[in-house]
Amino acid sequence: MGSRTRLALSALLATFQRDLVVTGREFVPFLMQALMQPLFFLFIFGKVLPGIGLAAPNFAALMLPGIVALTGMIAAMQGVTLPLVLDLGFAREIDDRLLAPMPVWFVALEKVLFGALRGAVASSVIFPLGWVILGSGFAVRTDRMFTLVAMVLLTGLVGSTVGLLIGTIIKPDQISLMFTLIFTPLLFTGCTYYPWGALGRIRWFQVMTLLNPLTYAAEGLRYAMVPPTGGRDFPTLPLFWILLALPASVIIVFLLGKRTFGKRVVN
Amino acid sequence: MSGFANQPENAVVVTNLVKRYAKAKAIAVDDVSFAVRRGEIFGLLGPNGAGKTTTIGVLTTAIVPTSGTASIGGVNVAEDPIGVKRRIAVVPQQSNLDRSLKVREILTFHAAYHGVGRRERGEMADRLLEQLGLGERKNEKVSAYSGGMVQRLMIARALMHEPEVLFLDEPTNNLDPQSRLFLWERIGELRARGLTILMTTHDMEEADHLCDRIAVMDHGKILVNDSPEALKRTLPGSSALELQTFTASADHAGMNERIAAMLRSLPGTARVDTTADADSEEPGHYTHRLFGDNVHLLIGSAAQAIAECGAEVRNVSVKKPSLEEVFLSLTGRHLR
Ligand SMILES: Nc1ncnc2c1ncn2[C@@H]1O[C@H](COP(=O)(O)OP(=O)(O)O)[C@@H](O)[C@H]1O
Ligand SMILES: [Mg+2]
Repeated sequence: MGSRTRLALSALLATFQRDLVVTGREFVPFLMQALMQPLFFLFIFGKVLPGIGLAAPNFAALMLPGIVALTGMIAAMQGVTLPLVLDLGFAREIDDRLLAPMPVWFVALEKVLFGALRGAVASSVIFPLGWVILGSGFAVRTDRMFTLVAMVLLTGLVGSTVGLLIGTIIKPDQISLMFTLIFTPLLFTGCTYYPWGALGRIRWFQVMTLLNPLTYAAEGLRYAMVPPTGGRDFPTLPLFWILLALPASVIIVFLLGKRTFGKRVVN
Repeated sequence: MSGFANQPENAVVVTNLVKRYAKAKAIAVDDVSFAVRRGEIFGLLGPNGAGKTTTIGVLTTAIVPTSGTASIGGVNVAEDPIGVKRRIAVVPQQSNLDRSLKVREILTFHAAYHGVGRRERGEMADRLLEQLGLGERKNEKVSAYSGGMVQRLMIARALMHEPEVLFLDEPTNNLDPQSRLFLWERIGELRARGLTILMTTHDMEEADHLCDRIAVMDHGKILVNDSPEALKRTLPGSSALELQTFTASADHAGMNERIAAMLRSLPGTARVDTTADADSEEPGHYTHRLFGDNVHLLIGSAAQAIAECGAEVRNVSVKKPSLEEVFLSLTGRHLR
């Protein structure tokens, strides 16, 4: 490895450590921000609705993977988008890292990797949270652990790459518009509160959800988590498509985000 | 000019640099060429919008030039930005300090980004914070810092990876006089240590005090490029005799025209400026400025000429030319 490559990698590592230090110091607020919504979702949809007979008893088991996906995706996006919008807009704290002896796109790469870590941590905390809230409704199969870990990591990467792309496009004065026009549709069309297979009766919507990478994350987590009933696996999107769509989305969205990032930081 | 870049005594070389921003009407930097010698303090002096920050942006890899080349220590900025980033440090016009970190961490992380070892960066941070008078408050965040402290901290940060060339963009703008003086001293010390510094300013006093050479820039072009002393010599007449006069005569305008003509005819006078004093309450107050190389020798004959015309001399002073006059004579007086 040349001395330049080593220098660039050590710069990348240092920027990652910087984010670890900063987030580590705000770990409790970070967890509260990431977990408040899933906590109520789990309670209302997993406990209250089945309890009063408005949802089937196994609804909790189907929804839990969706909540894991959603939480990971949001935490990863939040870790990248908002800081980036503010930084590129006026704070310019990022400049010091752009002047480090590494390609400027490494700064974007670090944001994505760190965002994915944030997402994975937030996703992981859903498991103990779900166990506590759902009680006997908590059901997760344990024979697909490897797939589960892979899905959690991919979900984080999907969130952070989308976060990078949005964060480099949006200007600070468009932040509230972004929540309405981008976040809300993204979160509700991602098959998080309903399994994809059940949408067969609303065919056009079922097709539309395939455009949202969150759909593949939620279905992948369902594949890895929902216990079989009567010896039969719960039907999800085929694993093949999930394992094709998630990495493809990560790569394509990252390349797009890398481009817009480059345009924003070098004039 | 292309041989320029290979001369080892030049730390910075800019050749025919042009920058036209997308969506901008005017050209920000318009065919600029200059070189900064190793170890000197070079000043880019110009009014707002002259193109100073844009020039620094190109040299520090943040801006891609429309055409032309720039190099640092012989390394071409466009071809090898990483090689350039290893050699330079930047103190920007506006603070871009990391508000999420504590002050000492801002320095140690900056050094870590540049591959400085853990122990070395800790020692260096403590030493620099001490030197810049921030040692007592190194565990705070920058939100608690004053403008002067922010500026000092940005300079400390810039020095953490021992750059060859330091870029200072309006380093003392908006600082109180004490902070400004303190920074001037520190900048002087850096030059003494052999660092090459390229700074921008619109403060003539600062340019005069600090810079070995100054390029006056306006509308994207460099108008002149020389030492402060040489620039002052380019003024018509290197010193000025200022005479304030008064006459109660109703035809004060005509009388002062005659005075100006007589002053102009005095041997050794290069130029005369005559203005009526607009702020005095009664009419008849005028100021005559007489430019020449040894104007103090003309005090007697000038006073006599004024008396002969029937006006009285109220005040006499001899002024050394300032860089400000050079600047204004080059860039004009209109506001931007
Ligand atoms: N990002 C930008 N986009 C468009 N125009 C710009 C941009 N930055 C600066 N300019 C314009 O370029 C000119 C030079 O600006 P600048 O280099 O900041 O001047 P200075 O630093 O001397 O005040 C100005 O007219 C300014 O409005
Ligand atoms: Mg400027």
